[in-house]
Amino acid sequence: MAQRSNGAAGGNGAGTTGKDAVIRVRDLVVGFGRKVVVDHLDLDVYRGEILGFVGASGAGKSVTMRAIIGLVPKRQGRIEVFGLDLDTATLEQRRTVERRWGVLFQNGALFSSLTVRQNIQFPMREYLHLSERLLDELAAAKLEMVGLKPDVGDKFPSELSGGMTKRVALARALALDPEIVFLDEPTSGLDPIGAGDFDQLIATLQRTLGLTVFMVTHDLDSLHTVCDRIAVIGEGKIIVNGPMETMLASEHPWVKEYFRGKRSRASAARRRSGAERPAE
Amino acid sequence: MAEADRASGGRAGTPAALDGKAEGDRLTLAASGGWIADHARALEPLVDAQLRRRETIRRVEIDVSRIDRFDTFGAWLLERMVRAFKARGAEAQLVGLSEDYRGLVEEMQHVTLERDIVGRPRPLRDAVAAIGRAVAEIGYYAIGFLRMLGAVMMALLRVMARPHTFRLTSTVHQLENVGWRAVPIILLITFLVGCIVSQQGIFQFRKFGADVFVVDMVGVLVLRELGVLIVCIMVAGRSGSAYTAELGSMKMREEIDALRTMGFDPVEVLILPRILALVIAVPMLTFLGSMAALYGGGLVAWLYGGIDPEVFLSRLKESISLDHFKIGMIKAPFMALVIGIVACVQGLETKGSAESLGRQTTASVVESIFLVIVLDGFFAVFFASIGM
Repeated sequence: MAQRSNGAAGGNGAGTTGKDAVIRVRDLVVGFGRKVVVDHLDLDVYRGEILGFVGASGAGKSVTMRAIIGLVPKRQGRIEVFGLDLDTATLEQRRTVERRWGVLFQNGALFSSLTVRQNIQFPMREYLHLSERLLDELAAAKLEMVGLKPDVGDKFPSELSGGMTKRVALARALALDPEIVFLDEPTSGLDPIGAGDFDQLIATLQRTLGLTVFMVTHDLDSLHTVCDRIAVIGEGKIIVNGPMETMLASEHPWVKEYFRGKRSRASAARRRSGAERPAE
Repeated sequence: MAEADRASGGRAGTPAALDGKAEGDRLTLAASGGWIADHARALEPLVDAQLRRRETIRRVEIDVSRIDRFDTFGAWLLERMVRAFKARGAEAQLVGLSEDYRGLVEEMQHVTLERDIVGRPRPLRDAVAAIGRAVAEIGYYAIGFLRMLGAVMMALLRVMARPHTFRLTSTVHQLENVGWRAVPIILLITFLVGCIVSQQGIFQFRKFGADVFVVDMVGVLVLRELGVLIVCIMVAGRSGSAYTAELGSMKMREEIDALRTMGFDPVEVLILPRILALVIAVPMLTFLGSMAALYGGGLVAWLYGGIDPEVFLSRLKESISLDHFKIGMIKAPFMALVIGIVACVQGLETKGSAESLGRQTTASVVESIFLVIVLDGFFAVFFASIGM
């Protein structure tokens, strides 16, 4: 796996083994009112992997993700990102961590009154104080990386199609060259070909940039093609955790139904026929 | 512990550097340190400084083997340098590129920059164009207004032909919002305006001993003009803006398109009940407001001007004919119609962005107040010419 920040990873005993947890969640409890959504959940995300996070609707996938990035308050537990406990971190430290992750929201969450270019430049402008010329060039570079033409930069979010919105949102999530990206259902609302392209895009970017990807998804194709590891959440805990083979071997009823049910067989068939399509 | 280091200060790392050495037409550049986002600001001048070299350079070698951290920002700056040297006819190449970074560098080679299509500014042409655009926009809005008026009338006729399609619940709901809930604030404001007009009248008329004429002034002013105008301005700010914002956000979320696809006419379902509610509510509010203003005027005349309530009332009866009252009441529904139509037109004009919603809401309030006052002027001319 390409390690972009190898200068930092080198000379670190834990880091060189490849089992360097960049996100460590312990005993996480999140609830709303009397309902407990996430119940004593433990989860590790390792550097350089693409983790697929699945579960039934309402099982708490998005809530877990939002708890990690601090959008939902937790009741109990510890969340460490880059080895830093986010509860005890100072504001300064927290901001440093936030600069090192990017988030792709389910509906893009692009700023509707800014153009695509301004959306991508927004975090750069805030944090890096670059020249206008460099900002424009970098926006074009980010658009290129997510497979869009530079003239998309002048459009407003309301003028974009669903797939373009996702790509622009990804470009914005990648604006500061983060080390971790959180993707909330990146392929939802895309057609199968578009979704396949997006998966390939994520895999390519992951390789080039050495990203760690935390992906909440429902898409079996994504899970098969790009995810290194899959974690299944159910009843507020991680039920099964491992590569695809572990999922297929699992006897847990929901996991069995999900990975070996009718839809998953259809998706497997689609993948076989899709394999003839030239890969990127 | 090493991880904690990375979390706190690790990102900054060693500063980036770029050293150049020219030998004849050969330039050797050595890049080192962290070519990453945090150092991009410092790196850009370094890169540009190398590009400003005056010597004729045929060959450029950029040694990147000592770069210890790298990301898109660094990769782009390298690419910018390579492109600029190539544009000057020099041969440029990267030496010692680590395998890990190759993908990123290659990715940057595909980047196409937009050509600068913004021509030089021409202020005169732009100013004329802006005026033209503004005039065209007025025409466009006038057409939009008339269209909406026509659509509402047609919807009204359709509903009259088939009364069971009338949205009673919706109309009553809107009536509560724009009528009933507006009563307290309308009463308060018109009461205060009545007080102020009366006080000012007494204060000024007293100079030539004509205190008692304040009753004529308050009566005519309030019933003919002030009552209806203040109510309309309040309603435009309170309900017109709400209509625009409601319809605008429905438009943004494609709710209006959804209605249309289900075979409903948005004018019939959303707009007619709203406008009808305004047309019913504004005359009522005008009546209540006028009464509150007269009450306030009478109160001040009594307490401040020493005019007995009995004198005030009998004087009012003498000086005010029913015409004054009728004029105010006749104007009210027309003004309500204008406010409602402007609000709905602006709401449906909303485009996808949050900013556009704000702009349309502002435009709705400003435009409807403006049109209400213009309409009031026309009414004044009209009533004067028919001798009312």
